[in-house]
Formats: sequence, C-alpha cells, structure tokens
Amino acid sequence: MKSAAQIVRDVRSGESSATAELERSLQAVRARNDDLHVFLHVDEEGARAAAARVDERIAAGGDGGALAGVPIAIKDNMCQTGVPTTCSSRILEGWRPPYNATVIDRLLDAGAVPVGKTNLDEFAMGSSTENSAFGPTRNPLDPSRVPGGSSGGSAAAVASDMTPVALGSDTGGSIRQPAAFCGLIGVKPSYGLVSRYGLIAFASSLDQIGPFSKTVMDSALVLEAIAGHDPMDSTSLPEASPSISAHVDDGVAGRRFGLVRELVDGADDDVLAQVERAVEALREAGADVVELSIPELRLGLSAYYLIAPAEASSNLARFDGVRYGRRVDGDDVTAMMEATRTAGFGAEVKRRIMLGTYALSAGYYDAYYGQALKVRTQMIDAFGRAYRDVDTLIGATAPTVAFAFGAKTADPMAMYLSDVFTIPTNLAGEAALSVPFGTGVDDMPVGVQLLGPGRSEAGLFAAARVLEIADGR
Amino acid sequence: MALPDGWEMVVGLEVHTELKTETKMFCGCANHFGSEPNTNICPVCLGLPGALPVLNVRAVELAMAIGAALHCTIAPSTFHRKNYFYPDMPKDFQISQYDLPINSGGHLDLVDGSRVSIERAHLEEDTGKSTHLGGSGRIHGADRSLVDYNRSGVPLVEIVSGPDIRSAAQARSYASELRGILIATGASDGRMEEGSMRIDANVSVRRTGDPFGTRCEIKNLNSLRSLVRAIDYEALRQIELIDDGGTVRQETRHWDENRGETSTMRTKEEAEDYRYFREPDLVDLAPDDAWQARVRAALGPMPAQRRAALVARLPDPPSSQLDAVEVVVDLGLDPWVLAAIDASADPGLSLARAANELAANVTGLANLTHEAFATTVLMEQRGELSSTQAKTVLGELLEAGGDPAAIARAKGFEQLSSNEVGTMVEELIVLHPQEWSRYKDGDEKLAQFFIGQVMKLTKGQANGKAVVAELQARR
Repeated sequence: MKSAAQIVRDVRSGESSATAELERSLQAVRARNDDLHVFLHVDEEGARAAAARVDERIAAGGDGGALAGVPIAIKDNMCQTGVPTTCSSRILEGWRPPYNATVIDRLLDAGAVPVGKTNLDEFAMGSSTENSAFGPTRNPLDPSRVPGGSSGGSAAAVASDMTPVALGSDTGGSIRQPAAFCGLIGVKPSYGLVSRYGLIAFASSLDQIGPFSKTVMDSALVLEAIAGHDPMDSTSLPEASPSISAHVDDGVAGRRFGLVRELVDGADDDVLAQVERAVEALREAGADVVELSIPELRLGLSAYYLIAPAEASSNLARFDGVRYGRRVDGDDVTAMMEATRTAGFGAEVKRRIMLGTYALSAGYYDAYYGQALKVRTQMIDAFGRAYRDVDTLIGATAPTVAFAFGAKTADPMAMYLSDVFTIPTNLAGEAALSVPFGTGVDDMPVGVQLLGPGRSEAGLFAAARVLEIADGR
Repeated sequence: MALPDGWEMVVGLEVHTELKTETKMFCGCANHFGSEPNTNICPVCLGLPGALPVLNVRAVELAMAIGAALHCTIAPSTFHRKNYFYPDMPKDFQISQYDLPINSGGHLDLVDGSRVSIERAHLEEDTGKSTHLGGSGRIHGADRSLVDYNRSGVPLVEIVSGPDIRSAAQARSYASELRGILIATGASDGRMEEGSMRIDANVSVRRTGDPFGTRCEIKNLNSLRSLVRAIDYEALRQIELIDDGGTVRQETRHWDENRGETSTMRTKEEAEDYRYFREPDLVDLAPDDAWQARVRAALGPMPAQRRAALVARLPDPPSSQLDAVEVVVDLGLDPWVLAAIDASADPGLSLARAANELAANVTGLANLTHEAFATTVLMEQRGELSSTQAKTVLGELLEAGGDPAAIARAKGFEQLSSNEVGTMVEELIVLHPQEWSRYKDGDEKLAQFFIGQVMKLTKGQANGKAVVAELQARR
C-alpha cells in the first residue's frame, strides 16, 4: 500500500484523488475485516463525504491539507459526531456522540479521511484486544496471535493495509505495544502535546493520543496535524504543533543514547538480540550509546496499577444508565445504576474499577494511591537525572513478540507485565515511540523503544528514521 | 427563642452561593436561572464521554472577591473530585476544592458587634436539579424523576463558618450580613428563593461551659425563616433527647418546612466515602499577586462600611433610624439616600422614604434615578408635595420612571413653586394689612386665615406648610 506521504503527493498532483484512495481503502476493509475484526464500524457515508470535500478543495485550487486524501482509522474511544462510539463496551452500545474530538476536527481540517472506528480492549484496559466486548482482533501478520492492545484494531488496520495510518491512545503502552506486535511505528507523544478533548478517558493523567504508521515520516505527518494547544483541554501544552517531519532526516550523529537495563531486563532473547542490533545501528550512524540503570523504573508497574484504576474508577462512574448508552431497569434509580453497570461492563473493567475504588478509599488512600503518587514523582525525578547525561533512552517496547490468543487471559498479572517497559513514560508524562527492528521467533516483528523527555519528539523521530534505514526500509 | 436555662447551642453554617457569571464554571453554556429545562447544556456540563472542563476565569475572580471581603487568605489551590453516584450529577463526581481551598481563615463581623470566623470559602460546581414526581416528593418512593441539567456546572462558592454562632437570631444575622457582602462583591444576586444562596446548618447543644456536643447537619435551608426555625427546632430536639437520657447521633437531617420538623436523612455510618483525589483534567490554580491586587482594588465598600457612611450623614440618629439604615443598606438603597442628602435633601426624610417607599418595590429601582428620588424628597420638604402626594409620586417613578414634577402635574398635585406661593402671600399681605400686622405681632392663629385665602385662590391645591413657610420668611 502507498504511504500517507505518497497519497498526499498523488492527490495533490491529480495523479489520484481522495475518493479513489478511500475506495481502495474500503475495498481492503471489505476483503479482510470479517477475518481480522479490525473495524467495529465503517463510516462509508461519512468517509465518502469527507473525501469528496478534499477533492473539492483541490479542485478549487487548494492543496487539500497536510494529509490530503489520507484514509485513517480511528480507535473507537474517540468521539466523532454521529458515528457510533463504543469503547468496545456494551455499556455504550448504540451511543452516537453529538460532537467531534479535537483530533477528529484537526484531521478533517488537514484533509484526512476517517474511515471508521477500530476495536480495542474495553475502555482501553488490556494489552491484547481480547477484552473487547465485541470479540478480539487478529494480528494480520499471524491471525493465531493477538495484535497487542489496547489499540489492537488501529494497529491491525495499518498492518493489514486497510489504511496507511491510524490513531490510537496510549495510557500505559497501548500504542507502542501493538505497534511492536504488528511491525509498525507507534508514538506516545508528550503528555499535553495532543488534545484529549473527545478521547473517552481511561486514566486522565496518563492518556495520550498518537499515530500508527508503516513509515516514520507518516507518523510525523499525522502527529504534526493533530498536535498543538487546544483551549478545550486544560492540560494541553501552550505551544503550537511542533515541526517534526522537517527533522526526520536529521540523523543521530553526536547524540547520546542510554540503553536502560530496566527496559530490557526480563525480555525474551529474541527481543534482546534486536535491541542490541539497534544499539549497533545507532553507533554506526554516529551516536554515542552508553548502558545505564534507572532502578526507580521497576516500581512503575505497581504505581501504574494504583493510579490508572483510581482515575478510571472515577472516569467510568458516569456510565450509569441515566443519560446515554445502555440502561437496564431496576426498582429504583440505585438498582437501575447497579443493573446497568453489572450488565454493561466486562470483567477486566470491573476488576480495575474495584481496584481503583479500593485504592482511593478512606483508610487506604495513603497506603495505596498516595504512595503511588510518591513513586510517580520519584520516577519523574529519576528520568530527569538520566536525561542530564543522555539525550535519548533506548529499550525494548515489550518483553515478547506477539503472543497467541488465550496465552495470558487467565492470569491478569502476566498480561499486565507485557506493559512493564512502556508504563514509566506515561507516569512521567514524557515522549516515547516504538519502531520495528528485525524479527524474533517465528519471524514476528520486534519493537525497539526510544524514549525522550517532554517535547523531544523531533529527536525521537530522527533516531527512529535511522533505525528504519538500518532495518532496510 | 430562649433555650432552657443552662443550655447553649453551637452552630456553624455552610453557605452555598451561585456565582453571577455569564457562563458556567467549566464550559461556555449560559448561567441563567429559569430557562426551559435542558437548554443551557453542552457535552462538558452534561459530562458526556470525552468532554473536559476548562476553568472560568470570572468565577475565580468572584471567589477571590468573596475571600477578600471576608478577610480570608487567598492562596494557591487545587481542584479535587468528590465521587458519589447521583442522577443529577452528570459525571457522578463533583469538581470541588478539598485540602487546598482558594480562600481560608477569615472572619465576618455582625451588626451586633460579634465576630464569626470563616474557615474557608472554596469553589465548586453545582449539580443538576431533580424533580421527583409521585410518592413523597423525594427520590426514594417517587414514581418518576426528571432532571434538569441547566444548573449542572454553575459555579458555586461554599463559605464555611467556624462553630461560633450561639443563637438562631445570630445565625440569621450572619446569613443576612453574608448575603449583603455577596451582593456587594457582585458575586451573587443573593436570591434565596431561586436557590442562588442555600444554607446547611451544623447544630449541636451543650450545657454552658461543657465541651462541644455531637452535631447534626441540617441540609438545604432555603430562607432565613427556615434557618431560624430549623435551628431552634433542632437545638430543642437535642436538648429534650439528652434530658430524656438519650444521646445525639451524628447525622444529616432534612428540614420539613410544612411540618416544622427535622428528620434523619442519613446517619454517620451511612455517610458516603467520597474518595477525593486531585482532578487530573485541571491544572493548579495560583492567582498571582497582581491579579489578586486587581480584584481587591475593584472591590466596592461592604455593607458595614456603607452603614457607617450613611449613619455619618444623620445628625443624632435615633434607634429607629439605625434600623432603617440596616434595611436601606441591606436592600442596596443607600446610593439613593446619599445622593438625596448630597442634593441638600433632609437626611431623615430621605432615609424614611427609602426605607419605606423604595423598600416596598425594589424591583422598580431600575426605573428610579438618584436625581428623581432627590427631587421628589426636596419637593416634599419644600411643601410642594404633601407626604401622601410624595409617596404617590415615588410609587409612580418606581413603576415607570419619569420626571417627578411632570408626574405631580399630571396627577393634579400641588404645582405651585415656592416662588408662586410667595408671590401669592405677598399679594395677600397687601390686601389684608390688619391680619398681617396681627400675625406679625405673634398671633399664630392668623396663619390659618392666610392659608384659607391661598387655598381659595388655588382651589385647594396649595400646601399649608408651604404657605406658613412663606409667611414666616416675611415676618
């Protein structure tokens, strides 16, 4: 499939049109969606209208926008006017938002064409997309394996060439881990770089929207289009969207990298081998790579599984059957709320709501949530110290390549551990991305993770491009 | 009402006031009472999935103004989520302030000279409004409940007093003084009947000199009358309970206005665990010194200062005038009185007309200019209007505005200027020299003669006092 950058060039030159690119995308969706279960809803009508508007803009002499005619898949936890938005939960079945998330408005302004809403772990809680109430998504590279999660549908859309790019959300690794499992670039931007307005919250202080793509440049183009201050999101960074695509080919000569022991310890050998290869590739490109240790990162998983569920227990309270979505009747309003939430939420969502409610309860707050906040502060400080010595950190994205269906569903702890390398970045509010580099067992792709301080996206993309070239792409 | 000998009540008040902003606390929806249900709503104040709050700067300014007026420390603060399920609360949590409120540690001085401490005055959002149909009219047992989210997200400030109040009358005085301050700061319209000011009362009793007793919180007192009745009822209930050998349970109680009783809403054991934690969708609020200074500078005089300013213009005011000053300042009528006094109107007469005639129709004040009020009082004072006529003219001005002289003319009231009365008196002196000389020599009865003559000439339109004034001027 053509890259997004190529589509923009072709649509602008008249070689192709937004409508033609969309039809090609819809054809790919029709061919494989039943098998892979990527899209929960394909918005053919809305997408055709959006593509027609881009073609009109170009016919009227415009350039059609930075993403002119690029079909894009949207994780189904972002609101789009009139388009069913479910978070892969029964509790939101049938709900159509009356408003657009800021990222949707920005994509449309940039000439992108949202094709439909992709599958996820319910409310983005999971690492395999097996927690979707509507059934799992299959990994296009090996349908017996999971695509990762929670943004598994968006990753699979790009990996199966249904769309060249997609949006996911990353609370503890939900973009980077599926990107690694599906052989894609996946970006978790700095907290506040991309507006969360219209992203249905899982854990508000950790959530960020970011892109998936096959090429480094395509993710840069999408991120530039959706980033920048949004007055509708109080936590949005104050500055306009940064320039990233212009720096993709800056290289890494003279830059200092740190291979972090805690971000490779416990990874499978096949994954480790590729991380080591990546270190060599960076050195060959002129980078200085040292090994270092940040012991605080080991506390990340524990802190995350208190902070994220605590916020989720509050964020998900509004799904009570009173105003929208599913309602199961009861004798009085309390019984109705209980029945609605009992029927509407899946097991993992209930588990996390209970964990979070407990962590915030009187008498337990200090020992759990309060302690987790302290760990979070320590982690931010520890990253800060590391970034005094190096510009960029490097590690594995996930400890393993994509695993088989059912491999970890019986043991929540084992599933949680698949995000052990990605969680620290969310806790620190910093930037990271996963770039595919080589393959591991059974020729499954391996993801190498690059991490930087807040607002360091341009540098991370340049390093990712170096690895992309070294990997022969 | 007096408590039995040896008993004392201890009361603290929590006053919620809706802030008079154009828009809601976290979105751009209109903050307007009385719109059609569910018309001032958007994804944010409906708590739709994905929507995020953005703090209204004006709400922060009004909260700071309240803090400044109550002598509080204004400090960097944070927002928390107060989590509990209720159908009129769209997110099933309320954004409020918890351990770091914007205002803390102030006080309020009452008219009787007592001082009530202010623990805090913090920002929070209002909920929607439920109407329960059928059953008892409360949520449990209702056939149906309707929710209007127009009020959802309206900015509130909750002002928490210390446990310093010792009688229902003092509680009333506190609430009334606070209401005056809220209006004076521009933070609130103080309309209790529209729910823009709502009071919860924490009441306990003790034998004089004992430590504090166990308190009960009475929710949602919506008038000063309810406040007084509920506190008195509750204090007596607790005393009777203790006298009968019982103990007071800490609980939240509901005030039934019709039955004049409080009853248990929920006990301490049933109290919610609100699981407060920092609102991650908002950033910290730290108004800098310059901003605080601007708010303080914009603050007008508070009721106590305004009362003092008015009293200073009254020569040796009797207590009835001091009462009138309270009414006048409470209703915001003092600018009219001061303007009249500045225009040389009699201070006592100006005050009386404001405390009676203006107080009777405060909604009409928009029609009444300071100048028109001063002119009417001056006309009365000069005898151009009788007091009954002056009241009628003021009534007319409050209804529809206009020019006092024109209204008096249209009504056919005394239209003679003191000039015209004077001319008439001079002519009568020439015509009746004997009567004049007797009057000049001190025979006051002759005044009636001249009044009668003037009345004859003016067909009864003249004002006797004005005639006497002209006669005396020429004696």
